Amino acid sequence: MWSFSHIANEIHEWLSANFNPTWTLIIEMVIAGVAVIGLFAILGLILVIMERKVSAWMQIRLGPNRVGPKGMLQSLADTIKLIVKEGLTPAGADKLLFNLAPFVAIIVAMLLMAPIAFAGNFQLWDLNIGVLYVSAISSLSVISILMAGWASNNKYSLLGAVRSGAQIVSYELSAGLSVLAVVVLTGSLQVSEIVESQRYGWWLFKGHIPALIAFVTFIIAVTAETNRAPFDMAEAESELTAGFHTEYSGMKFALFFLAEYVNVFIVCAIGATLFLGGPMPLHIGQWEGFNHAMDYIPSSLWFFGKTFFLIFLIMWFRWTFPRLRIDQLLNLEWKYLLPISMINLLLVTLMAILGWHF
Amino acid sequence: MGAGKYIKDVWGAVRSLLKGMRRTGYYFTHHKEIITQQYPDNRETLNLPERFKGEVVMPHNENNEHRCTGCQACELACPNGTIKVIFKNELTPEGKKKKAIDKLVYHLELCTMCNLCIEACPSDAIKMAQTFEHSVFDRNKLIKILNNPGSKIMEGVE
Repeated sequence: MWSFSHIANEIHEWLSANFNPTWTLIIEMVIAGVAVIGLFAILGLILVIMERKVSAWMQIRLGPNRVGPKGMLQSLADTIKLIVKEGLTPAGADKLLFNLAPFVAIIVAMLLMAPIAFAGNFQLWDLNIGVLYVSAISSLSVISILMAGWASNNKYSLLGAVRSGAQIVSYELSAGLSVLAVVVLTGSLQVSEIVESQRYGWWLFKGHIPALIAFVTFIIAVTAETNRAPFDMAEAESELTAGFHTEYSGMKFALFFLAEYVNVFIVCAIGATLFLGGPMPLHIGQWEGFNHAMDYIPSSLWFFGKTFFLIFLIMWFRWTFPRLRIDQLLNLEWKYLLPISMINLLLVTLMAILGWHF
Repeated sequence: MGAGKYIKDVWGAVRSLLKGMRRTGYYFTHHKEIITQQYPDNRETLNLPERFKGEVVMPHNENNEHRCTGCQACELACPNGTIKVIFKNELTPEGKKKKAIDKLVYHLELCTMCNLCIEACPSDAIKMAQTFEHSVFDRNKLIKILNNPGSKIMEGVE
């Protein structure tokens, strides 16, 4: 079988046979780093063209259709354009913070890759507090936005950064609470155990209505956390030109752009892992034949299929709903999402204690 | 805020958002609805909507006759002085002097295609054409004289 975990084991065995343990570890880390960076580049290219095509079709437009077959190489052309552009630093900017901010953004996105199970038994780091780690690291992304906004020495950037701070701090609460719903049902923070608990059914189906509510709150909250429309207060083209990255150009801008899309991928991957069973195939009760047929589809395909489905869902939101005002945004969180997800967490706890889920 | 109103608010919001998503989902799956015109490629088969306004023209019939009486209603209606009517005196067969237009000068570079002149015209002498490829290398070429040289007013138009 050619599975990701098989390939990883082969590489590990070959390295262990040829090098001492220290060098094996170092080489494996380098391979993992290169693989993550490669995944980043590919994700950036795919998600940008996907977003442009999806948005075009939803707005009855054609979208990019000139570069490459059906315009599929458009994002590659854009990348080349961004690489050859000058990365300008404004005269009044805080040079160190200004140049550091895009890297902080991309490093946070990279750190988040660690506990994600891309396929069955295939994880960079299966730490026992995986879910806590993800929610802790994802809140760091606000620092890069605040750095960029403050260092740009620009009113629009600062306003965007401040808004983004208020937004991410608020929405983390309901994102965390909806993640907690699944943690309560599973009884573990470890990603591999959460995946394993969904072998015979995904939490979205096993958890009945409370899990569905948690899923919807999670999707809304992570859309806000990744600063995407309808919650893109940090950028808000029509009000703040481009918000925190107004002053950025060239590759430094591209890093912010890439970090946004990679963050979208990561939160969708986490959503898929928690609610849709990550790399686990779809199993319906006692339908043996159906379950067997589903088992033949590789786990990595299941994972990426679910993740891209959630990404499509988030894009669907983006190109359907108008942007919220900052007060409406905070109202939505503090008056609606937070109380609902708190009550929902109580319900889930009751369900987990009484064992009402399958 | 009562609990009933709260639940009603949430329900109403979810319903209206889903309605919006249904609409965009419909557009996403039905590509025949796409309205984009790939302009330079489909120049021959360009499908312009009826209300599209490109420039003001004055139609002439086959005898080189137009319907403009020179009443200046269009000149007065124009908000930014795009149209100027220049007169000449003509002699009627009875030997009386009659005012007629010499030139109807139209500054395309000033025109905003607001359609007010066409609405103001009492005798339907001018109308909007659908041509839109107006770029030229010399600004003076945008100053147009709408009546053809040697044209006359149509019989019966007063």
